[in-house]
Amino acid sequence: MTKVFSDKVDIALTVNGEPVEGRVPAGQHLVDFLRQTLGLTGAHASCEHGVCGACTLRVDGQAVRGCLMLAAQADGAEVWTVEGLTEQGSSRDLQQAFVARNALQCGFCTPGMIVAVEDLLARGGVPSRAEIREHLSGNYCRCTGYEAIVDAVEGVAQARAGKGAA
Amino acid sequence: MKASAGGYARARDVRHALDLLAASDGMGRILAGGQSLVAAMNMRLSEGDMLVDISRIDGLAGVTDEGAVLRIGALTRHADVGADPLVRAHAPLLSAAVDHIAHAAIRNRGTIGGALAHADPAAEFPACILALGATLHAEGPEGTREIAAEDFFQDVFTTALAEDEILTAVTIPKAETGEVQVLEEVARRSGDYALAGMCLVKRSAGHRLAVFSVGPTPLLATDAMAALDAGDMDGAVAALKDALDPPSDTQASAAYRKHLAGVLLRRAVARIGEQQA
Repeated sequence: MTKVFSDKVDIALTVNGEPVEGRVPAGQHLVDFLRQTLGLTGAHASCEHGVCGACTLRVDGQAVRGCLMLAAQADGAEVWTVEGLTEQGSSRDLQQAFVARNALQCGFCTPGMIVAVEDLLARGGVPSRAEIREHLSGNYCRCTGYEAIVDAVEGVAQARAGKGAA
Repeated sequence: MKASAGGYARARDVRHALDLLAASDGMGRILAGGQSLVAAMNMRLSEGDMLVDISRIDGLAGVTDEGAVLRIGALTRHADVGADPLVRAHAPLLSAAVDHIAHAAIRNRGTIGGALAHADPAAEFPACILALGATLHAEGPEGTREIAAEDFFQDVFTTALAEDEILTAVTIPKAETGEVQVLEEVARRSGDYALAGMCLVKRSAGHRLAVFSVGPTPLLATDAMAALDAGDMDGAVAALKDALDPPSDTQASAAYRKHLAGVLLRRAVARIGEQQA
């Protein structure tokens, strides 16, 4: 096959604020590069066709599916995972609200949930419960039945807007 | 599963992308947002592709006002189409459609050009541009050409684009004063593909009705449009059902999809009445 196409692609990106370089297989998912090469196992590879949301990451300020983006496409990107958000402390109130409300049981979906929720809360204001459900419709939780998750998100949204206690 | 790719190359511009396609020995595959292609690669529905990543090409994203039409670059992401004030003002059908496309994280990456070129029969954007009478713009080794939406969708995942061509933009006629555009669909869960859906546009020249998820391509329901123009609601529903031969699958039977199409048409007409009132 022609040499204009590469089996391996050199990438340089920022992950959780740190510069990272790598040489990735052409078809490798971004989430697998993070998990297998960088050891950042917070984002979970689960359904691997964009349905479950467990692999949700923040790329260039937006929530994306880590299994529907190739690592090769992340060259130059700014990537954040739940590890970075935790270390940075920017999602501490949300994480504490998830614990306080029992918004997780096994916890498998939680890293993706946190990133997806931050994507919603970044828009500002206090979303309605229907808007919260709609925004999280692409993040599956098989434990909680979602009610506690919506409670936690609603409480944090109100607290951040200065309208009540989380 | 993990994706299987034969190779990867990042295109600098459209000409470079065309050269890469030409060098791919027929294995070239355009990668834009990747929200359908990477999923297909993960499910091994597509293997060994030579990926031509066009997502960094400058000038292929964004919405511009060109007088009588809006030009939407192929790389414009769903979320950006949904938030664009020009689209909201002049092609509100597309703004409405975005809310129905998958989930927020997918709308952040998926592109309108990718959705149109992928031509999923259950997708919203193909039916929208059919209902709006849009024009697709393609570039190939021989130059550029325009393709009417009516001529673009040929079969399941099959369009009028040649193997060596790239979709670069779509132009949409601006809604005229008093024009109403509505989208109706039924899906089992938020973000799922519709069991049946439709786009209905009412202009001074008459109705335009495009249905999706009820056949191999989005379908312009011309007999139903004529009945709507004549004010014959029951006739329009009957004509629409006659025009459809939907598939039966695990999601819905053919008979149920036909039934839904009739229900959705009545809802769409009622909504147009409300919006005009």
